[in-house]
Amino acid sequence: MKQEGIIEAQKGDGRTTYQRKFEKVNEIIARLGRSRSALVPILQEVQEEYRYLPEEILTYVATALGLSPASVYGVATFYAQFSLEPKGKYVIKVCDGTACHVRGSNPVLEAIKKRVNLQGNKKTTDNLRYTVETVSCLGACGLAPVIMINDKVYGQMTPEAINIIIDELEKEDAADE
Amino acid sequence: MNKQTPNQLAQWKEEWRQGFAREKARILICAGTGCVANGSLEVYKAIKQEVEARGAFVTIDVLLEKEEETGVAVVKSGCHGFCEMGPLVRLEPSGVLYTKVKAEDAAEIVEALLRDGKPVERLLYRHPVTGEVYAEEEEIPFYRHQQRTALVHCGHIDPEEIREYIADGGYEGLYKAITEMTPEQVCQEIIASGLRGRGGGGFPTGRKWELTRIEESDQKYVVCNGDEGDPGAFMDRSLLEGDPHRILEGMAIAGYAIGADEGYIYVRAEYPLAVQRLKKAVADAEEYGLLGKNILGTGFNFTVKIKEGAGAFVCGEETALLASIEGKRGMPSPKPPFPAQSGLWGKPTLINNVETFANVPQIIVQGADWFNRIGTKNNAGTKTFALTGQVANTGLIEVPLGTTLRQVVFEIGGGIRGGKKFKAVQIGGPSGGCLTEEHLDLPLDFDSLQAAGAMIGSGGLVVMDESTCLVEVARFFMNFTQNESCGKCVPCREGTKRMLEILQRAVDGEGRPEDVEVLQDLAEAVRDGSLCGLGKTAPNPVLTMLKYFKDEYIAHVVDKKCPAGVCSALKGYWIDPELCKGCSKCARNCPVNAISGEIKKPFTIDETVCIRCGACVSTCPFKAIKEG
Repeated sequence: MKQEGIIEAQKGDGRTTYQRKFEKVNEIIARLGRSRSALVPILQEVQEEYRYLPEEILTYVATALGLSPASVYGVATFYAQFSLEPKGKYVIKVCDGTACHVRGSNPVLEAIKKRVNLQGNKKTTDNLRYTVETVSCLGACGLAPVIMINDKVYGQMTPEAINIIIDELEKEDAADE
Repeated sequence: MNKQTPNQLAQWKEEWRQGFAREKARILICAGTGCVANGSLEVYKAIKQEVEARGAFVTIDVLLEKEEETGVAVVKSGCHGFCEMGPLVRLEPSGVLYTKVKAEDAAEIVEALLRDGKPVERLLYRHPVTGEVYAEEEEIPFYRHQQRTALVHCGHIDPEEIREYIADGGYEGLYKAITEMTPEQVCQEIIASGLRGRGGGGFPTGRKWELTRIEESDQKYVVCNGDEGDPGAFMDRSLLEGDPHRILEGMAIAGYAIGADEGYIYVRAEYPLAVQRLKKAVADAEEYGLLGKNILGTGFNFTVKIKEGAGAFVCGEETALLASIEGKRGMPSPKPPFPAQSGLWGKPTLINNVETFANVPQIIVQGADWFNRIGTKNNAGTKTFALTGQVANTGLIEVPLGTTLRQVVFEIGGGIRGGKKFKAVQIGGPSGGCLTEEHLDLPLDFDSLQAAGAMIGSGGLVVMDESTCLVEVARFFMNFTQNESCGKCVPCREGTKRMLEILQRAVDGEGRPEDVEVLQDLAEAVRDGSLCGLGKTAPNPVLTMLKYFKDEYIAHVVDKKCPAGVCSALKGYWIDPELCKGCSKCARNCPVNAISGEIKKPFTIDETVCIRCGACVSTCPFKAIKEG
């Protein structure tokens, strides 16, 4: 849903796709300012908007902030939060922190990947519905093993519980459409 | 902008304290990340509805408006630390704690409270071993052995209600510092208290403040390090979520002491709730004139900005964190210059951990001597630990420094889960090390742990039982640090990679006997040659594993066995002759003909031929094939 910016870009309304596409970015930059220290927050909001950091937007941000595209690319690739490829509607973060690891986070990860049909090192499903990634710690160690779907934390996970949660997401998704 | 006089704070405190005191009872529902994940928001809604339906619901706004009004307040609190038993519901003034509460329990809880206050017994905590039932939170063994000073408010107040913080004496430390003390006196008080940095290093906090104070500059900064990246640690998260104003107050006191008017809190991106509560806390504090320009009419200015991290463990290192705030790749830089001389944008910067700031207001209010009396010599005060892993009671705890590991694991933690045997504790996350049974009576303080090759780190304490393979754990941590190494300096970038390869070989059953020595050499080289704390401490888990569990490592690389039975490549299969009926089904299914025997007599597996595929296990109708 948050992809509206891009989807609408293809509709004709007198303006070029280019103008449409960068409208949202302009708004973000105007709000957060053009100082170097605003770069990370800007990229965070861009990612929130587009679910990833499109390459042309990185160069656009670089120009707007008076930085070289290389240094913006350097920041974008340094932090784990940023993705240069589109992420799914539901980003499932499987915690593989120490506490979760010793209480069996790996079978949970495998169960999720199997359920959403992700093989090998692929992180996002082809229909852009799910992105599955591991994170080092969600800080909810008392509930290990833990996963987080978008901003919601689910504790004491088991491979069986995964199916119930994903069933619910599917239902929610069907209702949305 | 703010017209309040300094004694405005005292007036507020008195007025609001009286308001809160007129609550007949209050029901606190834990709304920390853990309990929310367990459904505490639904519990909150249900309890509120039940109280409202009985016409007993009251809020502080009503109490302040109408003096004769009374009733039951229903509020969301921060984390109690006993996350595993969540959702938690606490009643006041009785101190009753309900565990694992569901929305369906709401009516019964409210009914009992309004009837005669007798608690609902089935929701009370029952000790898993003794079966004893505890009504009051403070009586539960998990809490009884703790001393909560930094966490004193967590779980006991509504973190989103600034009036509650003030009614309980909040911002008095800031007021006292500004109006009664010079910046130098504040620094001296912190030095005298013996407070040491709670982020891991244990550097004396007061000295850091004094070093920053004496720098001459037109601009200085205070930075709060909330980039809690250690897997297995969540004390900063709980503090930020449960008592955000205390952190803001600590930072403002630091700002006054060093001469800074701007502060930054750097919070991990994985903690959305902490960010949300902090934003509200900053806005509320500004509204009441406790942050911003001319604080409490004293002429002191201090603003706080929140910076969300973007997911990089190395940003917990102070120079990397500062680079990240500046909008750069979060890579550390060599020290000196220390941030005290040249930090954020080249200006003198004081950077402390969340828990360090949490201790500051009380030190100013109650005095350095009070703080110094807690803990042991050179290790004053308390420390929070995130107690997790294979221990009966997991959660967030706070104990005086110098408490022994045995007290923490067995008295507070309730011992090992499922009656298994204690094997080791991993303390301080990927920068720390493991401690064994022989260290159980070691006092938990900065110096004793360092002597044992571990470190407090931020305070993660992962308990491991006999079914944990320490070689695999060392590999796990090395995989983490290798991933998180920023790549700036060679020893860390290349060294962690090679160490990971060696450890990976060991768990994959391809270890070489000479690896033992190479691993030791490499670990020492990375420790001694790396630029920042990440690299310097990354070898700790490996070094302690080699020190205390060398036999286990040798078993992996020489005997190709995993004594704990964890590493699947080293697992062998054997047939239990008692159970085997000699049907030959396994032999027929073995792809490499490793199984042989006479029909109707127990079969055997030739370990030299077996490829450990496990095909035989699933075919055996008598479950006679065992792993190990």
